[in-house]
Amino acid sequence: MNLPPPAAGNGHRPVLTVAALSKAFGCLCVLENINLQVHRGETICLLGPSGSGKSTLLRCINWLEKPDSGQVYLNGERIGVTTGGVLMGDRDLSAIRTRIGMVFQHFALWPHLSVLQNVMAAPVYVQRRPKAQVRAEAEGLLASVGLSDKRDTFPAKLSGGQKQRVGIARALAMRPELLLFDEPTSALDPELVGEVLVVIRKLARDGMTMVVVTHEMDFAREAASRIVFLDRGRVVETARPDKFFVAPATERARQFLQRYESNSTRPTSSDRPQSFP
Amino acid sequence: MHDFVVVWSERALLLRGLGNTILLSLAASVAAFALGALVALVLMSSKSVYRRLFAGFVDAMRCVPFLLFAYIVYYGLPSFGLNLDNWSAGLAALTIYNTAYLAEILRGAWLAQPVDPIDAGYAFGFTGLGHFRRIVLPPLLLSAAPVVGNQIIQIVKDSAFLTVIALPELTHAASSIQSRHYVPFAAFITAVLLYWTLCLVIEACVASIGRLAEARR
Repeated sequence: MNLPPPAAGNGHRPVLTVAALSKAFGCLCVLENINLQVHRGETICLLGPSGSGKSTLLRCINWLEKPDSGQVYLNGERIGVTTGGVLMGDRDLSAIRTRIGMVFQHFALWPHLSVLQNVMAAPVYVQRRPKAQVRAEAEGLLASVGLSDKRDTFPAKLSGGQKQRVGIARALAMRPELLLFDEPTSALDPELVGEVLVVIRKLARDGMTMVVVTHEMDFAREAASRIVFLDRGRVVETARPDKFFVAPATERARQFLQRYESNSTRPTSSDRPQSFP
Repeated sequence: MHDFVVVWSERALLLRGLGNTILLSLAASVAAFALGALVALVLMSSKSVYRRLFAGFVDAMRCVPFLLFAYIVYYGLPSFGLNLDNWSAGLAALTIYNTAYLAEILRGAWLAQPVDPIDAGYAFGFTGLGHFRRIVLPPLLLSAAPVVGNQIIQIVKDSAFLTVIALPELTHAASSIQSRHYVPFAAFITAVLLYWTLCLVIEACVASIGRLAEARR
């Protein structure tokens, strides 16, 4: 069974708390009463069919989308609303966003900047940290994602997998307290998925706190501390991966996993060789 | 051929005119680009009152002939108590008029930009003018450089109209040479060649920005 999360207030405050969050686009309700806690070092995988609100939830966490109601806290600090209860201005929002790294489905690298400049931009221009120090750190990060030789290349000249590894290095350069991944491998050719997942797995092992929206079931099974399954804007099920993938508690999750298995192009572990007519 | 010798003898006047044209065009281009970028920012903002106001300004400028606009600024504004000398009036007219065009050019290029990197700018904490300057504007400039270059050529050519408010620019110099010596063909063709040279320089600048853009594509 699930271990109870460490209770708040005893020094184990969650890194991320989402409380009763709802969001609608017009009359289309995208997220309804979402509650979520992420503790230090946890990797949460958000799973669910397309249109279930996973990406919107991610964008509501750092207020790229403004939630209609509910609260988001980063290490106990309310995001988007000041302690006085008014909406945060650009400056406050900026300050809190620099503490959350984000990795985008379509990489979203800045096309006019070189790889190294992409990684250095936010720490230098937003966090205003000393350039020499940022540079050294950025070079280290590029080395850790295996892209030292690409530092002066422009994003357009990279493969998808390389772009995404730069995207991860760029997010890490801000020394974030929390990393958000929005389908980091969905836009990649199948043979490039692996090189990105290797990097994310390593971050999970190193204890980075992460929320990952993904369709990579193998990755989720192996790297997630918990699976949060969304459907039609609601959290349908939250479970440890060993439980979720073997014996999902809800019918909806069962259907989702079944359909995934049948759609999967991954070779099954069948003992008989595939025969062609 | 004799006519060109006459023009050559007046080369000091012509070069002074050329210098003034360069000065005028350069100042107006820089100012109009900076203002145009700000207006584009407003045109793309969600503040609908300002957006409509500036959209109206852009539309108005695009429908007024430049010559007429220059007349209004130089001869019309004094009736509202605003007296500008011919330099200020010329520079103001050239700048304001082209601000509208450049704003529209940048807005168009902005609409064609992918939205993800712009979002990423916000997600990484960039805000306001810093976001615009670091994240939005550079790719805009790279992709819109040929059209912006075209508009700067337009600025150079529009500056010729300012001869009507007695600004001593290139056209003014050529026209005073022809009226004093009656060498219209030689005087004007020389001026045309000098304008053409200026355009070549602008095109060379655009080409070098194009190379920067190509490296990033």
